[in-house]
Amino acid sequence: MTDSETMIVMSGVNKWYDDFHVLKDINLSVRQGERVVVCGPSGSGKSTLIRCINRLEEHQAGSITFKGIELDEDTKNIAEIRTEIGMVFQQFNLFPHLSVLDNCTLGPIKVRNASRADAEALAMEYLERVQIPDQADKYPSQLSGGQQQRAAIARSLCMKPEVMLFDEPTSSLDPEMIKEVLDVMVDLAESGMTMICVTHEMGFARTVADTMIFMDEGRIVEEGPPEGFFNAPKSERTKLFLSQILSH
Amino acid sequence: MAVPRPRARRVRWWKSKPFDVAQFTLLTGLVVWLTWRGAAGMEYRWQWHRLPQYFYEIIDGELLWGPLVYGLMVTIEIAAWGMVLALIIGLITAILRLSDSFAGRIVSTVYLEIIRNTPLLVQVSIFYFVLQPILGINNPIWTGILCLAFFEGTFASEIMRAGINSVPRGQWEAGSTIGLSRTKTYIYIILPQAIPLMLPPLTGIMVNLIKHSAILSFIAVFELTTEARNLIGDTFMSFEVWFVVGPMYLILTISLSTLVGWMERRVRARQ
Ligand SMILES: Nc1ncnc2c1ncn2[C@@H]1O[C@H](COP(=O)(O)OP(=O)(O)OP(=O)(O)O)[C@@H](O)[C@H]1O
Ligand SMILES: [Mg+2]
Repeated sequence: MTDSETMIVMSGVNKWYDDFHVLKDINLSVRQGERVVVCGPSGSGKSTLIRCINRLEEHQAGSITFKGIELDEDTKNIAEIRTEIGMVFQQFNLFPHLSVLDNCTLGPIKVRNASRADAEALAMEYLERVQIPDQADKYPSQLSGGQQQRAAIARSLCMKPEVMLFDEPTSSLDPEMIKEVLDVMVDLAESGMTMICVTHEMGFARTVADTMIFMDEGRIVEEGPPEGFFNAPKSERTKLFLSQILSH
Repeated sequence: MAVPRPRARRVRWWKSKPFDVAQFTLLTGLVVWLTWRGAAGMEYRWQWHRLPQYFYEIIDGELLWGPLVYGLMVTIEIAAWGMVLALIIGLITAILRLSDSFAGRIVSTVYLEIIRNTPLLVQVSIFYFVLQPILGINNPIWTGILCLAFFEGTFASEIMRAGINSVPRGQWEAGSTIGLSRTKTYIYIILPQAIPLMLPPLTGIMVNLIKHSAILSFIAVFELTTEARNLIGDTFMSFEVWFVVGPMYLILTISLSTLVGWMERRVRARQ
């Protein structure tokens, strides 16, 4: 791995919520095009970890760099950096007062100063890609959960990010809608997008992951390619976790 | 255990509609009668016929508005400008209070505490006797508008803060992740969701402005109450004038509430 390919580097990252130590000595490096899947028990710090990468959360020690730019309180153009890091939330967080199309065009128009026509053409392209072009004029509340999450993915993609962060994108969906979202994510992975996904969808993880990460109590306990991770986990805690999650 | 069967609900006669109407009519009648008796007792001379000329007169085929209409216009003007300024002051205060800036939070807190904990009449006096000469305002109406705006701005800021806070945190985060600055997130995401929630309580402020503008008669602003007092000074028709001016305020405030209710339903329907 050469330096030019490295996109995100976290080294010695620590974070506290008051007295509570959520992230402990996190070291992680993500290459361009790499697909990382993060799993671990509830409260282990998975969300906090990926939210530090676009600085929705601030870390107190260690360093996080994105394409060589250090992310800390001195970072000047944090808003600009965030446009290169897409994020998809468990609760979708679509803008309820805007149509799906306007959700997608808001960023390009207000941040990138694109013309409305260009922004709409781009939005339709991505809505097509997530297979909901016919929902463009509806409001988020009129869509099913799966459609809403795909709209949220399209909204992120409209900023043409270099990496996509997913925080349990299917956890609040009804079972029959999980697949339609995972299909979109697999498609995205195959297109070469750099992705960091917090998810417990192990089928998805086996299909797309280059690197599996298991977190527990704020630490990265195990990290490695999926074959070894699933078939011969080194840590007892990983084994236990996998046996619990795969038995479901 | 046997649950007693609920008895078929009978509408009690004292809860029926006709009784309601009868009650209302009786009450109104009583009030009118008492007033009339009281007035008769003090040998009050009713002169309703003299009142219309203080609304309008037609002289040589030309329509001239009377003092009551002028007063009403000034009251509306005060309320309208007061509302605009109160909204601006309220929004700035709310955003300062929600900001990370220490200075901003101090300034807004000091403003809120001072206005909330002193009598409005004292504030009006300070604005009129102290600030008006210092700021070189040459028309007391603007002193009055400014004073009322700062007073009502405290309520506006509270309503706006609540409205802004009721937009879920995820909306801020979604805005950040597509690269919107804090200001742009406010403009395009937070406020459009918060404003429909703020509208009904903000009507209350407009209504308050209309009511509280009466206090400006204290600093010689020629709004409705001042005109009414002057008229009584000239004509001694105190009963007639107050019986007319009271309902004028009522009509103004009630039609305002109705208008906002209608606007609110339209905004809701659009979503
Ligand atoms: N704003 C906060 N203030 C205080 N504690 C917090 C805050 N956010 C998260 N935590 C705590 O930090 C820990 C890690 O939270 P985090 O959301 O990162 O876990 P997670 O691995 O994503 O869990 P889940 O699977 O439930 O989403 C939890 O114990 C949580 O209670
Ligand atoms: Mg989480």
